[in-house]
Amino acid sequence: MSVPKTMFEKVWAAHEVTPQTKDTPAVIFIDLHLTHEVTSPQAFTLLRERGLKLRRPDLTLATMDHSTPTRTEQVFGGAPISIESAAKQIRQLEKNCLEFGVELLGLQDARRGIVHIIGPELGLTQPGKTIVCGDSHTSTHGAFGALAFGIGTTEVGHVLATQCLLQKKPKTCAIEVRGKLSPGVTPKDLILAIIGKVGVSGGMGYVFEYRGEAIRAMSMDQRMTVCNMSIEAGARAGMIAPDETTCAYLKDTPRAPKGKDWDAMVAYWKTLPSDKSASFDKLVEIDASSLEPMVTYGTNPGMVVPVTGRIPDRRGDAVFDAAMAYMGLTAGQAIGGAPVNVVFVGSCTNGRLVDLRAAANVLRGRKIAKGVQMLVVPGSQEVKRRAEAEGLAEVFKAAGAEWRESGCSMCLGMNGDTVSKGKYSVSTSNRNFEGRQGVGARTLLASPETAAASAVLGRVADPRQFLDA
Amino acid sequence: MKPINNIRSRTVVMPSTNIDTDQIVPARFLTTTSKLGLGKALFADWRYDADGKPRPDFILNKSEADGCRILVAGRNVGCGSSREHAPWALVDYGFQAVVSTEIADIFKNNSLKNGLLPVVIDEATHAWLIAHPGAEIEVDLASSSLKIADRPPVAFPIDAFARYCLMSGVDELGFLLSKDSEIRAYESRDGL
Repeated sequence: MSVPKTMFEKVWAAHEVTPQTKDTPAVIFIDLHLTHEVTSPQAFTLLRERGLKLRRPDLTLATMDHSTPTRTEQVFGGAPISIESAAKQIRQLEKNCLEFGVELLGLQDARRGIVHIIGPELGLTQPGKTIVCGDSHTSTHGAFGALAFGIGTTEVGHVLATQCLLQKKPKTCAIEVRGKLSPGVTPKDLILAIIGKVGVSGGMGYVFEYRGEAIRAMSMDQRMTVCNMSIEAGARAGMIAPDETTCAYLKDTPRAPKGKDWDAMVAYWKTLPSDKSASFDKLVEIDASSLEPMVTYGTNPGMVVPVTGRIPDRRGDAVFDAAMAYMGLTAGQAIGGAPVNVVFVGSCTNGRLVDLRAAANVLRGRKIAKGVQMLVVPGSQEVKRRAEAEGLAEVFKAAGAEWRESGCSMCLGMNGDTVSKGKYSVSTSNRNFEGRQGVGARTLLASPETAAASAVLGRVADPRQFLDA
Repeated sequence: MKPINNIRSRTVVMPSTNIDTDQIVPARFLTTTSKLGLGKALFADWRYDADGKPRPDFILNKSEADGCRILVAGRNVGCGSSREHAPWALVDYGFQAVVSTEIADIFKNNSLKNGLLPVVIDEATHAWLIAHPGAEIEVDLASSSLKIADRPPVAFPIDAFARYCLMSGVDELGFLLSKDSEIRAYESRDGL
């Protein structure tokens, strides 16, 4: 009998062009390279300088999301893109893609969106693939049982030129999620709780595999939220074994295999889950049934408490003291009731249809509180169309929220959507770092449900009070 | 890239834990299409006030930081985004090494590709360095050790291949390109 393997080990072994040796890392073949306007220009420059070509146009896809505006008139005409350097970056991507033969889903393309949302939508993200992108949230694609991780721009150049990367084999960590999530408690709350438990560097050097009943019960949209934030625990990647839910999602997506090819791929995907007796280098266990909606109070995603809880008293700890000074919050304060000025629903973490439905369920028939600005930004143009077809956009607009074109938007302050200095933002995005949403912005990370409830009450609020019995 | 053998310099100490890449270079500076010139954006929100004036209490604005090539940072430096703009900004500013007890994965990889040495050391040595800002130290790549006067050298881990590339001044792309026949064999084997 062969040695039992984890899913990660199977995918890794299937992609070794040359194995790791004492002196050199492994050469790993990349099945899908996603690229965007912010982390690619210098990589194309490298190719130009070295006289190199794009090796595999068929495995490369570009889109624009990070510095891309979300205001309709800036996307579809009528007003110039407000940030000149961003406009230049977008034009540069268009030029680079044309010159090197990269397929580009450009600014006005109906299939454009956040790179981690369109890969799965198109059916390009598939179990067993190696997927990279110059973005740390590439871990999102691991929800399909792919090995997906973020790379820097030099490595973007390596993949463009050779379709390969030099990699040292990471270790494996099983995240066993026991029990079920309670009503009103979401995958976002679960991953925030996991990061709170593991710590923001606790996953360093590991690939996570999320397992257990609560994970199995999730839709693909929800699994992506969990894998998306693996990097916030410092992990290289996060993976979830493919199953019927995975296949049902991918079937009939535009670029999934068809007919006999589909059957062959499904048969292959079934071989991917970790063998029963496979051993992991580390195990983390978490009880899903005891979790509540979670909200961050500090300046990293591990500084998190239940929405019914209080900010812990860690005065004297330098990180804690600096975070409290930045956030303008105090040790021992109840997080519920903390002030809210801005609410953002969107991003590669929570910008999919299931997230918009969840926020709309809270907002339906209600208004957001006076003085609160709420921005709802679909993760892709496809999500936007579907949300409009379902009437979700009307719910948001009727509640007083702004409804935009897709993009990274307020997750990071580089596209014109920012939170002002000193203002409190309840955000469904992934990072509450100082200045992430704008200079001096104060970010509290939460689920779409908690964000919507907080918008209605104008303070950090438990969404469960708005759930229909 | 220029070959690197050793770096000898006084240190700049930034003891904060979890210095993320959004602090090293805030996102609004990422709408550039070049690697150059990011040194002025380095730690922009800590270094300058709202009017763009240097904050006198920030370490890089103090005269003792002038000419320092080695940054000693708190645990888990470089966490967050994969932006290579972070090492580009550090290198453009003049840093050649970052020393900490933990250095985030992607940042470490990106640093190695830009001649910025990620040096992971034990807590006791780190505590000593934090307590002695401006100390003259040496990062010796040949022996993979950190040298502090009157103290025994401290070994730091570095990937053998990355060290070879740094010391020879070659980049990893050349190595990958030399694997062309193996890559072709892989592509035809898998019908890719």
